[in-house]
Amino acid sequence: MAAKYDLDDDKVVVIIGSGAGGGTLGNELAHKGIDVVILEAGPRIEYDEFVNDEWDSFAQLSWPDQRTASGGWRVAKDFPGLPAWIVRAVGGTTTHWAGASLRLQDHEFKALSTYGKVDGASLLDWPLTLAELEPYYDKAEDKMGVTRTHGIEGLPGNNNFKILKAGADKLGYKECHTGNMAINSAERDDRMGCQQTGFCFQGCKWGAKWSTLYTEIPKGEATGKLEVRPQSHAVKIEHDASGKVTAVVYADKDGKLQSQKARLVCVACNSIESPRLLLNSASSKFPDGLANSSGQVGKNYMRHTTGSVYGVFDKKVHFYRGTTMAGIIRDEARHDPSRGFVGGYEMETLALGLPFLAAFLDPGAWGRSFTGALDGYDSMAGMWIVGEDMPQEGNAVKLHPTLKDDHGMPIPDVWFTDHPNDVAMRDHAYGQGKALYEAVGATRTFPTPPYPSTHNLGTNRMSEKPGDGVVNAFGQAHDIPNLFVSDGSQFTTGGAENPTLTIVTLAIRQADQIAKMMQQGTI
Amino acid sequence: MVTIYEAQKGLSRRDLLRRGGALGAGALLVVGGHAVISPTHAWGLETTALKPETMATLIQVARDTYPHDHVPDRFYAIAVKSHDEKAAKDPAHKELIETGIAELDRKAGPGGYSGIGWEDDRVALLEEIEDTPFFQTVRGGLVVGLYNQKDLWPLFGYEGESYSKGGYIARGFDDIEWL
Repeated sequence: MAAKYDLDDDKVVVIIGSGAGGGTLGNELAHKGIDVVILEAGPRIEYDEFVNDEWDSFAQLSWPDQRTASGGWRVAKDFPGLPAWIVRAVGGTTTHWAGASLRLQDHEFKALSTYGKVDGASLLDWPLTLAELEPYYDKAEDKMGVTRTHGIEGLPGNNNFKILKAGADKLGYKECHTGNMAINSAERDDRMGCQQTGFCFQGCKWGAKWSTLYTEIPKGEATGKLEVRPQSHAVKIEHDASGKVTAVVYADKDGKLQSQKARLVCVACNSIESPRLLLNSASSKFPDGLANSSGQVGKNYMRHTTGSVYGVFDKKVHFYRGTTMAGIIRDEARHDPSRGFVGGYEMETLALGLPFLAAFLDPGAWGRSFTGALDGYDSMAGMWIVGEDMPQEGNAVKLHPTLKDDHGMPIPDVWFTDHPNDVAMRDHAYGQGKALYEAVGATRTFPTPPYPSTHNLGTNRMSEKPGDGVVNAFGQAHDIPNLFVSDGSQFTTGGAENPTLTIVTLAIRQADQIAKMMQQGTI
Repeated sequence: MVTIYEAQKGLSRRDLLRRGGALGAGALLVVGGHAVISPTHAWGLETTALKPETMATLIQVARDTYPHDHVPDRFYAIAVKSHDEKAAKDPAHKELIETGIAELDRKAGPGGYSGIGWEDDRVALLEEIEDTPFFQTVRGGLVVGLYNQKDLWPLFGYEGESYSKGGYIARGFDDIEWL
């Protein structure tokens, strides 16, 4: 039975956001007997309500509030009001994610030590090692049912994978399989196995893909220690004279402001809203925003070096059938500066429906070159490139100087420009993707630019020294002991891997730490 | 929403042609009264705010912008129909479309835009106006207006919704045989 807490109850832990970080943390804390209120900006939409339709689903799930994109990236030109494609609903972006669940590599936790100083990059080592995280990665993989871990079988390969695999073999790649996916290959944890429906990005209507919406959240609610409050959009975190946070002010479903008292606050609203909330919570005591004595809140925004390669063949493929991202090549994920860049990238299968391919293949393009590509829709294969991008202090989520939301709070502006290392990596990946598809007989390939960001990282980064970042190795703010960050904004660097597994892993570890500190009376 | 109508029973191609006024859009579409009529495919599109001649040219502009030779005109007509609806509510939008098309016709010279025989020559005119609000409004609207038509998807081999059919687990998710 879900709990219900009073607005004046100052014993509760308030988590802002119900996605990979917040949803997992809420369940973990509730299971430890801690009272938790999760404030979720979006509505609760159960998985049977999801729709197999790209634009309708986008309207149902995506973050609708006004944002701006600026800087040198192409998204700022093509989608100036849509810097990111993320979700505002219970379950957050775990409703939309593809399910790829990869551990970061050992050296990626030591980016600065491994890569050395890179001009223009604000690289830093994580205050954590892979070895320290391994037990938690293990728990996360078990919780999420990640294929090829814990004796869970891999998913079967769809047509798009078969082409990827054939090309990988031709190019001599060694590590190519149907991925480590948090998608059931058979029934597990009271959830069905994958039915190869496609539409992973539109929310899994079978519940086969792990999402906090129908795993962590109901499990937490069943303890009687968790209340999830949908349509509750946090606008400000308040603190007392000593600097400890005491309450979260949020707009309820009618737009009315409410204030929920809190013993402890965990910010988990994705790398755009989390720093925005901290910056918008500025006070006379903290004029630059909460937890921002380092000046790093909102800085070092990362989005992974992405891009896609599509190839058209002279025979049918039907790449949209089946699990969208169950296919990976990991050979290029290594750090090998002889390729002309530091860090590495993954190549993962990707398919879009006709409506989204038309919107994202080459935004703004028209004429026969463009339409000729779409004419080959059913004979197309596709891959997504996801690689480590360089943190840069200038890439930042900032408060917009003039535009405000309905509550008078400045909206976020997402400023991003590629680092030369990002460009070199993407060009290399485009070349490899093209070579791979041509090796299988592609008659034409398309190096497709990055979509609005799905992996938003780094804007409240972890650091050993308080001057270098916002939070410590447990996601606890350097400045404020009872304020935590629980989402991808804690990432010190991005690694080459899809971030969700690491976000969940950090949340499990953070829950242990919070419980321990509460027991010791230190927070 | 879509006011495309199939020709009434008994209305022959000849009847439709007789109703037609000016020939437009490569002579495939006919303008008459308040409608754009496709005699060969027996459909018509009524306009309320925009001149039917404007709508006929707009359909040609849509095809020249996103040309798919296997896609019939009616999909392009549906894709630009919203401009007529918007023009009915918003005089500024009506002005944008009417003057945009008039300017194209002016650039094209006698016979107007639709009178130009080769696509390349029409596209050259579109390239001249590529950065104008008129063209970007029309082009931007087409990305969703054209490609989000469910009836269009089969023409590209896209099968759309699959949950109600049980996904593709037993319907060919891994049926590729030519590798």
